[in-house]
Amino acid sequence: MKAAVITFPGSNCDRDLAVAFEAAGFDVTRVWHKDTALPSGLDVVGIPGGFSFGDYLRCGAIAANSPICRSVVSHARAGGYVLGICNGFQVLCETGLLPGVLMRNAGLKFVCRNVGLTVASVESPFTDAYALGQDLMIPVAHHDGNYNAAPEVLAALEAENRVAFRYTDNPNGSMADIAGVLSENHRVLGMMPHPERAVDPEHGGTDGQAMFSGMAKALVSA
Amino acid sequence: MKVRVDVMLKTGVLDPQGEAVRHALGALGFEGVEGARQGKVIELDLADGTSEDEVKAMCEKLLANTVIESYAIHM
Repeated sequence: MKAAVITFPGSNCDRDLAVAFEAAGFDVTRVWHKDTALPSGLDVVGIPGGFSFGDYLRCGAIAANSPICRSVVSHARAGGYVLGICNGFQVLCETGLLPGVLMRNAGLKFVCRNVGLTVASVESPFTDAYALGQDLMIPVAHHDGNYNAAPEVLAALEAENRVAFRYTDNPNGSMADIAGVLSENHRVLGMMPHPERAVDPEHGGTDGQAMFSGMAKALVSA
Repeated sequence: MKVRVDVMLKTGVLDPQGEAVRHALGALGFEGVEGARQGKVIELDLADGTSEDEVKAMCEKLLANTVIESYAIHM
């Protein structure tokens, strides 16, 4: 299985994400934002957390228009898998691959702590190793994680089982406690919490491990 | 030619930063501040003859996220 992890200027979770993929058995290629093509035969693209381009203009807006993101959009439109975490989620919303936007946290403060999540959809290769309704403890670290979308978009997300995770105690004001959403084909996941920071007992928890191992298993059998 | 683009959150979108500004003005003793909305001003230095349609395309593609933001172009 092959994964690519993209690095923008200001990304800071790219190495952690690569390590999490590797631990699950992926062969990982690191890709720079100025590259125009993704490696061939790729199974999944990871867009890491951080502060791409210093969060200038809007979080993720400049990264979403970088050369490599055009390839990420083509990869996704062709049915490829994409996982965007934190800033990666913001980038995916800015590309239009995922609906909605991530606004400034309702409390205006940067929130950096472990949060409780509930698995809200197991209909994706990212979440099918979890049980529906399972409670997880995963860290968040963001200033702009307040998920907003139009009422009809929220209704569609609910109806199509595209809300992947919900916060058990909403840290940022997100509508419907949404912590992660899936694309229409359930092959693109964006989430604010950091599963790659919960894959090793030394991290203080391993609740994120099943996302990567589950993805590896799902992609092999797919 | 100079062109100014104002980007604001759409009416009805909660603006926690504007709300914090309103609150802080009240705390400073300014009475009657009933609302504050915070946005961005982007000044573009463009080649003469750039059309408003082109600036509009810049707004739609990058300068504003039209899911939550509106923009006004001042040529």
